[in-house]
Amino acid sequence: MDRNQLQRQVALKRSSLFEQQFLDSQQFVQLEDLEDDANPNFVEEIVTLFYKDSARLFQKIEQTMQSRSIDFGKLDDYMHQFKGSSSSIGAIKVKNECSQFKEFCSAGNAEGCFWAFQRVKQEHHTLRIQLESYFQLRKQAGLVRRV
Amino acid sequence: MDSSFSSPRNDSFPAGLRVLVVDDDPTWLKILEKMLKKCSYEVTTCGLARDALNLLREKKDGYDIVVSDVNMPDMDGFKLLEHVGLEMDLPVIMMSVDGETSRVMKGVQHGACDYLLKPIRMKELRNIWQHVFRKKIHEIRDIESHESIEGIQLIRNGSDQYDEGYFFSAEDLASSRKRKDVDSKYDDKDFSDCSSTKKARVVWSVDLHQKFVKAVHQIGFDKVGPKKILDLMNVPWLTRENVASHLQKYRLYLSRLQKENDIKSSFGGTKHSDYSSKDLQGILSVQNSINIQQNDVAHGSYRFSGNNLVAQNADPKSNEGDIKGIVSEPVAEPKKGTTGNIPDSQKTRSSQMDFNSSYAETKKGLVGNVPDSQKIRSSQMRVNHSFASVESEVNLTAFDSTIPATYSWNQIQLEKEHKPLIQLNNGFSKPLLPGPQHHFQADQLQSIPSISSRPSIPGGDVTGSSKSKPSYSEYTNHHGSRVSPTISPTISATDSFPGQTKSCVVDHQVSETISTSTSNMKNQGINLSTDLESAHRNLILGSTSPFASLDDEFQICWYQGDCYGMNLELQNVEFSEYTDPTHVTEVPAHLYDALRFEYPCDPSEYSVLDQGLFIA
Repeated sequence: MDRNQLQRQVALKRSSLFEQQFLDSQQFVQLEDLEDDANPNFVEEIVTLFYKDSARLFQKIEQTMQSRSIDFGKLDDYMHQFKGSSSSIGAIKVKNECSQFKEFCSAGNAEGCFWAFQRVKQEHHTLRIQLESYFQLRKQAGLVRRV
Repeated sequence: MDSSFSSPRNDSFPAGLRVLVVDDDPTWLKILEKMLKKCSYEVTTCGLARDALNLLREKKDGYDIVVSDVNMPDMDGFKLLEHVGLEMDLPVIMMSVDGETSRVMKGVQHGACDYLLKPIRMKELRNIWQHVFRKKIHEIRDIESHESIEGIQLIRNGSDQYDEGYFFSAEDLASSRKRKDVDSKYDDKDFSDCSSTKKARVVWSVDLHQKFVKAVHQIGFDKVGPKKILDLMNVPWLTRENVASHLQKYRLYLSRLQKENDIKSSFGGTKHSDYSSKDLQGILSVQNSINIQQNDVAHGSYRFSGNNLVAQNADPKSNEGDIKGIVSEPVAEPKKGTTGNIPDSQKTRSSQMDFNSSYAETKKGLVGNVPDSQKIRSSQMRVNHSFASVESEVNLTAFDSTIPATYSWNQIQLEKEHKPLIQLNNGFSKPLLPGPQHHFQADQLQSIPSISSRPSIPGGDVTGSSKSKPSYSEYTNHHGSRVSPTISPTISATDSFPGQTKSCVVDHQVSETISTSTSNMKNQGINLSTDLESAHRNLILGSTSPFASLDDEFQICWYQGDCYGMNLELQNVEFSEYTDPTHVTEVPAHLYDALRFEYPCDPSEYSVLDQGLFIA
């Protein structure tokens, strides 16, 4: 595949991420705008950082949910943090699931929380796959600047 | 981060604006850092609120603005907000993914200059410099209004100064400590040419304020005048104008305290507690009254955030406690918690706190007034809503005495607008300032429904105190009632605060402020006692005892300026005993509304106040 084709693929992939509401175009574009010579792979770095940090938050959430008497306040806090974090990359679907989770939390609905959390993790994972393939394409298309 | 005190942005403001970003989310921290760098700002990042505070304290003038997230693990973002406002008097911008109105309101109440929603856009960040600029402008204006004609020139030259980075160095000019190398040229201009357009902004450090208060006491509240104070203080680089302006602030502060006392007594509701704490903070924020204006009511109340505080005033006993605390503080920290006023038990406290806190805030770490602040806060809240700029912490409470300026301004405002609302109560203890009016402040706490009543106070209160010296006493007296009006030094105020403080402190992390306030109070108490009449002494002693423990701790901390976060929590508890929640009373709606108004920094208003407050 020649370079142009690859680049077109990248563009398509990117558009689809926005169209499918995986990502908020405004936020994502803003991140892309921050890329420069000093940080040529800024977006990828941010996404990597996000996933690393979210693993930590997930662990906390799971721990809290496993306790005998669930501390919904704490759960809400952790999810709030995660929600804020996911807004950094503009993850729309993930954010929506977070809101759902928070609602169950305020209602003190443990079962609802469990269910909602599964959905959060699912969306989180799906997005990760999508982004990984996107970045891969970018590299292939030579769109990623090497320092 | 480069050297703290140089003014990096001299010619191309806002480029080079020194921003401190605090966020526990590493992803956002990185993004914000990059975004701010793209705006050509100088960025420092922090993952923890404690670290941020340490950084800010280490380099007092190392940053121009703080951007912080609301939800942080080690400390509530609002607390950090308060601390910063009180200690460093820097503009703070809050961020959160939660845009709920109540949260945003809380942020504003705590003194946030702005509240951004995540995800944050570049254009929003680009504009943050306006908050820095605005603050400077207000400071300049404030100075000017205090200093009559010469001030006007400042404003005119404001933009020039600003371009030259004057603003940034202005504060230190007077103290001529940090910016010698960079701003020496400005220094010369400021000191030698008082009537020049560029007027250095005198930074009223704790020591300086203490000297000031001491001088005031020596001269006698009734007879005090800028020239006399200046002579007594014997500070070569200080001008008569500087003292006059500070004196005015001090008086205002005292009157504000009085108002608070009044409000408190009148309201006595717990509801207000929420407000009060905030108010106190605002009131205390020493920053100039202008700041207060700017910040709006919302900001003002921010300071104390301790709901409890407000409630506390209700307890007369606590007042005593507060007073004591206050008394000690004011002495110790001029800036910080000039709580000097010793409002009637509760009222005073709150007003004191406010004063102190506001003062402290502006001046850096007021801390002192913790106890009073609580009370004050509550009353202040109402009163101060408009005043806002509370930003910092509790400082206020402890000191009360020194913060007259900011507070008074607010009071004036309130009074003008809402006369019937607050009854400043007769109990206003006159602030140490010579004019009878000064006393108001202390008592503001008391029942304040009629804020405007301030003027009425002076007449009455001054009486008690034969000693005009202790400024504190005056404040404390007012507290609602009965405490020997003028004499009760702020100590009484502290009494009321302690309880409050505690809540405030605890809640708001004002630990630092509290510690300082405590120490101050202690010191102040000691100082005051010598001056005060026996009646007051008792108050002081009484109040100091509970604080004693606190004081020790605070003192250590406070003076060093590094005592942060001490066990204020513990101490706060003690205070709570003293505070009188009832005083905190809710601010009546109308009053509250009144408070929310932002008062433009209008010299004419000052004059009104002046007439009311200052006899001279």
